Amino acid sequence: MILDPEQILAVVFQLTQLLLVVLLAPFLTGWVNQCQAWLQNRSGAGVLQPYRVLHKLFHKDAVMAHNASWLFRATPYIVFGCMWLAAAIIPVIAVNLPFSRAADVIALVGVFALARMFIALAAMDVGTAFGTLGARREMLVSFLAEPALLMVLFTASMISHSTQLTRIVETLAHHEFVLYPSLAFAALAFLIVLLAENARIPVDNPGTHLELTMIHEAMILEYSARHLALIEWASSLKLFAYISIGIALFLPHGIAEVGNWAGLPLAIGLLLLKLLAAGAGLAVLETLLAKMRIFRAPEFLGTAFLLAVLGLLIHFLLGA
Amino acid sequence: MQISFALQFINLLAALLLLIVFAMLTQRRILSLINLFAWQGLVLSLSTFVVAYSTAQQHLYYSAGLTLLLKVLLLPWLLHRLIRKLNVRWDVETLLNIPTTMLVGIALVIFSFNLAAPITQLAQGITRGLIGIALACVLLSLLMMLTRRKAVSQVVAFLSLENGLFFAATSATQGMPLVVELGIALDVLVATFIFGIFFFQLRETFDSLDITHMEKLKDD
Repeated sequence: MILDPEQILAVVFQLTQLLLVVLLAPFLTGWVNQCQAWLQNRSGAGVLQPYRVLHKLFHKDAVMAHNASWLFRATPYIVFGCMWLAAAIIPVIAVNLPFSRAADVIALVGVFALARMFIALAAMDVGTAFGTLGARREMLVSFLAEPALLMVLFTASMISHSTQLTRIVETLAHHEFVLYPSLAFAALAFLIVLLAENARIPVDNPGTHLELTMIHEAMILEYSARHLALIEWASSLKLFAYISIGIALFLPHGIAEVGNWAGLPLAIGLLLLKLLAAGAGLAVLETLLAKMRIFRAPEFLGTAFLLAVLGLLIHFLLGA
Repeated sequence: MQISFALQFINLLAALLLLIVFAMLTQRRILSLINLFAWQGLVLSLSTFVVAYSTAQQHLYYSAGLTLLLKVLLLPWLLHRLIRKLNVRWDVETLLNIPTTMLVGIALVIFSFNLAAPITQLAQGITRGLIGIALACVLLSLLMMLTRRKAVSQVVAFLSLENGLFFAATSATQGMPLVVELGIALDVLVATFIFGIFFFQLRETFDSLDITHMEKLKDD
């Protein structure tokens, strides 16, 4: 079988994005933590700290509970795979990549849901109280966040008449400048969903090991060594994926086309700038907000759903 | 469909107005409620200004300036002074819980968008898509008046209702005559003064600003 050069080029672009994403994701997490440290008047552990943590964890011996089943063992790989796949589907550096046709936005939400289901099951697998508690809370938060996320994606789909993320980005990026009030609503809703889904501050605290407040940390309490490393890496990838969805939907300008080598350095440079800005913004937001009670979370996420629905309605009314 | 940049901007401001009304509806604190009211006035004034600019109507400039002066500076300042004097910072009690209020709010928005659709077909002028949003703002403010128990937040709801009507007037009919607008502005100002006196009376009689006390007509 002979591949034509365009296809090879597309695959090269796809591989570049895959590698870039998986290598950059811990950097983004480190950057957010570093910004937070600066804002809190601490010197911080440095941007490269997540890499050091991953390195350390990969060199340790894994410890397993005696009653852990295959599910517990397989989950870190499944979760990591799901997040990597999600990050490969989202147009990060270029549109029309070969993988992006594999799944539209609804399937993308499904990929996130698959990872979440496995991590919740694995948390309950060992049978400790914390794991079950964390899994239940995670399910509570995510079942409220998911419809809001879908509504946000639908609003963008309505504007571009397609549920393919790459088509959405193409429409929004290569369009003359138009103000979309509906997208402003969607952006606000998406921000809330991002905070909730990535276990960030008003809903969960990623830096805590205080048992009463944690959600995500409670679920992965039983993991160690390479399994923990994969899960930590997957969390970084998830944050990266969510921020790239945000960039793709609301700030897609400057993204390259497949085969456009000249546009690639600009696209990567702009991507880095946007990521740095988004990470810093996230740190500011987390410093300003306080962790809320778990029973306030439904109201918070209800607001996200409301905003996303309003965005859809305004799109219908104003046609913009 | 290409529409002018001014209209896009007005659409954005209209959407912001709706967002602010929703934020007011879900707000628990009286201080933030008043600040949101000031923001609403600012957005309203800005949108009036843009309508004035794009349709070249002189008198709308005056009404934009009047809105800015009255609803962004004077009324919030008066309300701030009032709650400082009355010493009420909190307004926790709503009759419905907040998520239910939000759902009712969404239903109201859908209702008013549907209601406004035939009117929008008839209306002319650059801003005809906005009647639905203005109507939604009015209905949401009414909802806020219904669900709040404290007098101060009811008054803010009343003022926000007036803002919605004002927005409907500028968007549907390109503004009322200046005399009418001046009259309404004066009315709102006087109403706020009267409400202030009413608050003090209420507190003196019942020792609280909770208007449910007024449902009792007899002394027991």
